[in-house]
Amino acid sequence: MNAASPETLLRLEAVEKRFGGVRALSDISMGVERNRIVGVIGPNGAGKTTLFNLITGAYRADSGSIVFDGREITDWPPHCIVRAGLARTFQNIRLFAGMTVWEHLLVTQRPAGNALRDLMPVRWSNPAVTARAEEVLKFFGLEVYRDVLARTLPYGTQRKVDMARALASGPKLLLLDEPVAGMNHDEAEELSRLLLRLNGEGLTILVIEHDMAFVMNLCHELYVLDFGIRIAAGEPAAIRSDPVVLDAYLGSEAAC
Amino acid sequence: MSTYYAGLLADIGILTLGALSVYVILATNQLSLGNAGFMAIGSYLSSFLTVEWHWPLTGAVVAAALSASIIGIVVGFPALRLKGIYLAIATLGFGEMVRSFFLVFSPMGGSGGYHGMAHVALGTIWVWTAGILLMILLLERSHLWLQMRAVHDDETAAALVGLNTTLIKVGAFGLGAAIAAVAGALFAHHHVYIEPGNFGFERSIDFVLAVILGGSTVGVGALAGAGLLVLLPEWLRVVADWRLAAFGALLIIVLLTRRQGILDRPLLARLSFRGAGP
Repeated sequence: MNAASPETLLRLEAVEKRFGGVRALSDISMGVERNRIVGVIGPNGAGKTTLFNLITGAYRADSGSIVFDGREITDWPPHCIVRAGLARTFQNIRLFAGMTVWEHLLVTQRPAGNALRDLMPVRWSNPAVTARAEEVLKFFGLEVYRDVLARTLPYGTQRKVDMARALASGPKLLLLDEPVAGMNHDEAEELSRLLLRLNGEGLTILVIEHDMAFVMNLCHELYVLDFGIRIAAGEPAAIRSDPVVLDAYLGSEAAC
Repeated sequence: MSTYYAGLLADIGILTLGALSVYVILATNQLSLGNAGFMAIGSYLSSFLTVEWHWPLTGAVVAAALSASIIGIVVGFPALRLKGIYLAIATLGFGEMVRSFFLVFSPMGGSGGYHGMAHVALGTIWVWTAGILLMILLLERSHLWLQMRAVHDDETAAALVGLNTTLIKVGAFGLGAAIAAVAGALFAHHHVYIEPGNFGFERSIDFVLAVILGGSTVGVGALAGAGLLVLLPEWLRVVADWRLAAFGALLIIVLLTRRQGILDRPLLARLSFRGAGP
């Protein structure tokens, strides 16, 4: 039915996840084409973060399959999935408490060459690693915070560090879990511009977000979840006027 | 140098290694209270090799370290399932298990102990100690160490950003066990007599204490802690019978004022003038 084309970077096929008696996700199928920005939206508890945790290997799917870049990753451990080219950010950020911004950008990279390089001081042995970190640091405008403990930075800046850490690993697909939560309008705008630039350079992005305005302007395609079921999919304009979506998501929110 | 000071310096060198063995495991947020067990393995195995098989000391130390690291890795796997206080208790159990094994293991003397080793001088002890300390100081600047710190700070996040946390945590146990075994081998060949009682629970606690006191976030903390732990009770002889109580009080004061231990990264940066701004 859904024959995977080489243009599809990530494909989920009838994925299901239960926690005890609760079905967190049922029969989820979706695809992310290369070089697109795809959004997943839905009310609280719809299963968005569960979906992310399945894709990144934090949870195992009870059934169904997840194929990334031509390889079935359904039962892979998280670090193998990241190495295959899939990096994520966290809804609650989760930076490393004792590390500077600079160290966050080094740690997720895989130093090229033999394992011995891992054991040698970074500054002697890994010009490629430091160059990549420098590049990511500049891209996010974090140069001034280079040697600052990342956890001491303002919230919006911490979100950037989280994203920079993911990007430093050199992913093909970037998964963002509510990237603008807690950000003000200007910060969200700036982030939107950065993401479009990354997308322009060929990065594929999958984003979970509550902020409707943000996803509507950013994404090429949207999936809508409610109670663990995919209730709609399509272009933002179509989603915006889909009565099912309005009822499940926008309608319920307006009623509160 | 008087034999009194030579003895103290030998103790400091061996304790530094013991503290480093705890330090590398603690760097991945795993507390081991059983490193005296690895030390015992290194002690007995190296003594067997030099006495029975007439190996040179260096070869015996290396063989003891490698064997202990394999055992450390074996211990590291079940340790993955335990965290915090539960891991501490389990490693304590491991240490006691090793000690009681040697207590009944008659080929190596059992409770009567084992002897016949050729005495090594202070210089040899400190060549090993300095070498391993230097190795750790270099390792602290490596990419692997960054990965260990990430696991220390948030293991789940570390895995989800691409780090092989299993390999890192088990590897830390392997390395820690190897260092403890070197400490044990040097201990055996310095004192030329060993018995299971040398490797009890208090020995493991001393290692942890040296790390906590000296600074648990930097490798040189092990050296500082070992030095203080050996010398303070000596200096406190002036208060005679009260010296252990005075020592305990000092320990509490240090922990209350500097939870991270005496040395930490900011302090080292200031001492080496690297952190001094314009």
